[in-house]
Amino acid sequence: MVLPNDSASGVSPMPVVSARGVHKTLGKTEVLKGIDLDVQAGKTVVFMGGSGSGKTTLLRCINHLATIDRGRLLVDGDPVGYAERDGKLFELRGAEIARRRAKIGMVFQHFNLFPHLTVLENVTLAPRKVKGLTAKEAEELAAGLLTRVKLGDKLGSYPSSLSGGQQQRVAIARALAMKPILMLFDEPTSALDPELVGEVLDVIREVSDSGMTSIIVTHEVGFAREVADDVAFMSGGKVVEFGAPDQVLGAPKDDRTKAFLQRVLS
Amino acid sequence: MPRKTLVEAKTREPPSQELIVVPQKHIGRWSLAAAVILAISWLGYNVSTISVIDYGAIPRYLFNASILQGVLLTVELAVIAQVIGVIIGIVLSAAKLSGNPVLVWLVTAYVWVFRGSPLILQILFWYNGILLVFPRIALKVPFIDWTLFDIPTSSILTVFVASLLALSLNQGAYMAEIVRGGILAVDRGQMEASNALGLTGLKTFRYVLMPQVIRVIIPPTGNQFLSMIKDTSLISVIAGGELLTTVRDIYSTNSLIFELLAVACFWYLVLTSIAYAGQHAIERRLARGHLPATGGF
Repeated sequence: MVLPNDSASGVSPMPVVSARGVHKTLGKTEVLKGIDLDVQAGKTVVFMGGSGSGKTTLLRCINHLATIDRGRLLVDGDPVGYAERDGKLFELRGAEIARRRAKIGMVFQHFNLFPHLTVLENVTLAPRKVKGLTAKEAEELAAGLLTRVKLGDKLGSYPSSLSGGQQQRVAIARALAMKPILMLFDEPTSALDPELVGEVLDVIREVSDSGMTSIIVTHEVGFAREVADDVAFMSGGKVVEFGAPDQVLGAPKDDRTKAFLQRVLS
Repeated sequence: MPRKTLVEAKTREPPSQELIVVPQKHIGRWSLAAAVILAISWLGYNVSTISVIDYGAIPRYLFNASILQGVLLTVELAVIAQVIGVIIGIVLSAAKLSGNPVLVWLVTAYVWVFRGSPLILQILFWYNGILLVFPRIALKVPFIDWTLFDIPTSSILTVFVASLLALSLNQGAYMAEIVRGGILAVDRGQMEASNALGLTGLKTFRYVLMPQVIRVIIPPTGNQFLSMIKDTSLISVIAGGELLTTVRDIYSTNSLIFELLAVACFWYLVLTSIAYAGQHAIERRLARGHLPATGGF
């Protein structure tokens, strides 16, 4: 059981993500059984755990791609997808959910680039249609970001002509183009050929180092150790161990963490 | 040592003359083709010498004003009915995917009825059947005796309107299944990625879903339109005034049956060829992003 340090919250600024007693049931299985977690601004937190541990579901709940059944899940002080009144959470209308989601960038395991749009159009779509940027403003922003992920020469290409690693880097640029306050990475390298993992991890590391608050679901233990400020180890819908990577990955206390690391590292 | 390598090199040299490849001789193919051409020529010669066919009448009627009017009406019927059919299809597929059990049941029943019965029967139903059962159309405000309008059905349900109703309602049933298939073919991740970027449901539909659905449904919709052009000829059973009706009207007076049917055949082929070329052009344009790698610029 992990209890975030409540006594410190009076001193430190408001966490970007704050979860208290988050419960979620999918069908008959309870996938989240009371999550308590804080992610402070500028920090990078890595979620680890076996399949079915609830880490991806928790990530999807943070931007309301999955709904929660009970508890409180705040991003930037607001419940995502809900309005809190009289001790109840009322689900918001689509436009308001969209407005809150625009602050949260998400990178998917399978990239999910828009196949009918060029690389540049993939990145400019949301800034133009959600934020109302002009085509020129959006293109300048997108070209800058695509150069940052080292794809400045692929602006006119379609996703189908790119490698998986290149597609995932476009997806990262697409999420960054909305100038989010939080980036969510859902197993960003799991669908990649081994030789392409490195180039994507380099970009994520750069994003994390730039001070972007990030939550990363990954199985890359080495990468987690290097990039994470905190590691949350999840098992059976709970965060069973939370702390610095050296502690959680280097000297785990919980038996489930130990067993998992043994399987992954062997 | 050096001598030995020299000998080895010599033996490895390729033959000085290049070998000539002799392709297989398709004797069977050539003789079959010759036989078929001979048979067709013989048939063509015999037909061309039949004195009862007035070959001169075909070019004479090709651009006859009544015929061209019929062609125009055929095009109008096909295009308008197809557009309405696509709209019905989009609405029905959205209803079927809405998850509302009543709507799902209604759409299923609609598709079952309109795909399961002959189009020619539906045409007769809309024109003759409705007129018999509902001779007048009236809208009255219930409880108070106030009539908004009360008119004979035949003043609204003209042959043209009945034709459009029959063709578009029938087409709507086919398009509903095509559009539904197109929407289901788009990966769920596309919607998630769009929503995660902060695009609302409507913007996701407009900028992410629809362009991908259209690309998927263009080939089957094109085929539907080709069928639609030909199916307008069924309207001739209610004397709808389109190409086949016109042709039949003319040959009923001058008995140039073969010649006028040939004229109709010519025009249907022209129309379907144009539709096919248009479909091909649209498909090529929409293939963007799905062609083999084109690289950057």
